Amino acid sequence: MSVLVDEDTRVVVQGITGGEGEFHAGQMMEYGTNVVAGAVPGRGGEEVHGVPVYDTVAGAAEAENADASVVLVPPAFAADAIFEALDSPVDLVVAITEGIPTQDMSRVKKRLGETDKHLVGPNCPGVITPGEAKLGILPGNIFSSGNVGLVSRSGTLTYQVVDNLTDRGLGQTTAIGIGGDPIIGTDFVDALSLFEADPATEAVVMCGEIGGSDEEEAARYIDENMDTPVAGFIAGRTAPAGKRMGHAGAIVSGSGAGTAESKIEALGDAGVPVGDTPEEVADNVEELL
Amino acid sequence: MRLHEYQAKEVFAEAGMPTPESALAESTDEVLDAAESIGYPVAVKAQVHVGGRGKAGGIELAESDDEAREAADSILGMDLKGYTVERVLVEQAVDFVDELYVGVTMDRGAGEPVAMVSSEGGVDIESVAEESPEAIAREHVDPAFGMHHYQANRAVYDAGVDREVASDVASVLTTLFDLWEDRDASEAEINPLMITGDDEVVAADAVMNIDDDALFRQPDLAEMEEAAAGDDLEAKANEYGFDYVRLDGNVGIIGNGAGLVMTTLDLVDYYGGEPANFLDIGGGAKAERVANALDMVFSDDNVDSVVFNLFGGITRGDEVARGINSAIEEFDELPKPVVVRLAGTNAEEGMEILNADALDVEQTLEGAVQRAVEQAGGAQ
Repeated sequence: MSVLVDEDTRVVVQGITGGEGEFHAGQMMEYGTNVVAGAVPGRGGEEVHGVPVYDTVAGAAEAENADASVVLVPPAFAADAIFEALDSPVDLVVAITEGIPTQDMSRVKKRLGETDKHLVGPNCPGVITPGEAKLGILPGNIFSSGNVGLVSRSGTLTYQVVDNLTDRGLGQTTAIGIGGDPIIGTDFVDALSLFEADPATEAVVMCGEIGGSDEEEAARYIDENMDTPVAGFIAGRTAPAGKRMGHAGAIVSGSGAGTAESKIEALGDAGVPVGDTPEEVADNVEELL
Repeated sequence: MRLHEYQAKEVFAEAGMPTPESALAESTDEVLDAAESIGYPVAVKAQVHVGGRGKAGGIELAESDDEAREAADSILGMDLKGYTVERVLVEQAVDFVDELYVGVTMDRGAGEPVAMVSSEGGVDIESVAEESPEAIAREHVDPAFGMHHYQANRAVYDAGVDREVASDVASVLTTLFDLWEDRDASEAEINPLMITGDDEVVAADAVMNIDDDALFRQPDLAEMEEAAAGDDLEAKANEYGFDYVRLDGNVGIIGNGAGLVMTTLDLVDYYGGEPANFLDIGGGAKAERVANALDMVFSDDNVDSVVFNLFGGITRGDEVARGINSAIEEFDELPKPVVVRLAGTNAEEGMEILNADALDVEQTLEGAVQRAVEQAGGAQ
C-alpha cells in the first residue's frame, strides 16, 4: 500500500521535449514509473524515449488513459501548465518547477480548491512510492520499501533523512516533497491525512522548516485526528529574522512569526518527538515503531 | 526585491496616487536646489533599506536654507544601521491632522491577497497588529477577480476612517491593490497615509517589495535593482548566483538545497560552533561553482573552517568529487581547513576520489559538522 502513486499510476510528463523534461522522464522510466505520454504544445506526434507526445494534456490523458501529470516546464509557463492539467482528466499534478511567481500560485490555489484533485508542489522534488513509481526528480536508489511515510518541505533534506532511515532498515511507504514555496498545493495536513488513511503506513516523518504556520496547523491536526505516530524535524533554528533562507517560503518575519521554536513547541505539545539531528529522527522513528 | 522609497513613489505617482512633490538629491547643493524649487517646509529623507529611519536620525524637517543645509550635512554620508546614506529624498512637508495605514500583502496561509486599513497609521504596524489587532480592518481578495470596490469601502468603514475622507481613502486602497497586482508585488504599503486639514489624502511614505520570481515580466522594475550596498560578500553572492546569507560565526557552510543547508547551520550550532553563513550552491556541483563557493567563504575574514556538505541526488557523487578536486587544484594550500562529506548516488566512489591530502573527508553529516567545529577552535 502507498499514497498518491503506485505501480498502476499512468503518467503524462508536461515539458518532456525540454532538457530537464527529457532527462527526468528517462530517469522516471528507468525507475519503473509508468510514463505513458508527454504533453508539449506544438510537438504532438513526436516521440521521446519511445513515448508519444501530444499537444495538450487532455489529449494525452484521453488517448493514453493517464491519471497523473508531472510539470517540468520553465517558471514563466508553469502556472499555465498546472491550470491545463487541472482542467484535464488527470487526478494528480506534481509540479517540480522552481521560481513560479507567487501571485500565479495564488490563482492556481484558488482553482485547485474548486476541484477535488491533488497538486503536489511547486518547487518540490516530487512523490515516490519505493519500488513502484516516482513522479519527480528524487534519486530513486536511496529509497527502500517499508512502512514509514515521509512528508517534507525540502528536497535534499528529505534525501538526508531517507538515507538515515534506509540505513537502519526503515523503509518507506511513500515520500512526498511538498515544496518550499509560500503557496503550495498539498500541505502538511493534506499529506498527513493521506498517511493516516493508509493502513500500510505505521509511522510518519514530517520535516518542516521556518516560515509560515503550516507546521503549527499540522501539529493541531496530529493532536486531534491522528492515531499513526509522527516524528518531526524542523530546519532553520539558527536562521536570523527577515532573511530568506534559500526557499521563498523560508523566512522568519520581523514580528517573529514562523520561528523554529514556535513549530518545535507546537509539535512537542502534540506529542511529536522533534529530533535535534537527522540521526535522532531515525532514532525516534525506531522507538515509535 | 525592495524598492527605495523614491522608486516606489515614482511607481505610485505614475498610477495616479497622490504623493507629495519631491526630488532626489546626492549632495548638499542638490538638497538646497530641490528645497527651493519645492518650497519650504521640506522633509529630508535618507534612501536606504532600513526600517525606523526617523528614529535613527535619517529623516529631518527643514524650514529654511540653513536648516536644509544642516539636515543634508548630517544625513548624507551617515551610517544608518550599517548602510551608508548616499541619497536623500527632498519632499514637500505635509501639514497633516491624521495618519492612516493602508497595505496589501499575500496571506500565505489563506493563499490569497489581503488588503488592510488602519486608523492607527504613522507607527510600526506590526506592533499594532500584535497589541490591538482589531484596529486593523482586513479584506481578503479573490485573486481571480481582483478587489471589488465594495471591499475597499468596507475595509475603510470597518477601520473607522472619517466619513469626509472615506471615499478618497477607498480609492487609494483600490489603486494600491491594482498596483500590487500589476507590478507583482509581495507587499505594498503606505504608512502613513496623511490626511490634511483640507481633507486631502497624501501618501507620505511608500513601501513596495517585488516578488523576485516575477522580475522577468517586470523589466522596468528589475532595472531599478541595485547591488546590495551593505555587504560586499552578499553582492558577490548575487554575482555568482548563490543563495547566501551572512551570519556572525566562524564556521563557513556550503551545501546544496535550502533545507539541508539550514540543517547544517543548525548542527554547527548544536555541536557548540557558530555558523558564519548560509550558502546554497543549488543543483549539481560543477568545478566552477564549487570554486566560486570556496572563494566566497575563504574571503570572509570571520571564517576559520569550512564544512562542505553535498547530497548528490541526481548528480553522481563521483562527478561532484571530481568537481571539488579540480576546484581546489588552483590553491597551493587551502587558506582554511575544509571538511567534506558527500552522500547520495555514488557517494562512496566520490569519497574515494576526493583529494584527502588537501581535504578532511568525513562519512556522516554529524561527523563532518563536529570536525569543522573542532577545526574552528572547538565548542564555544
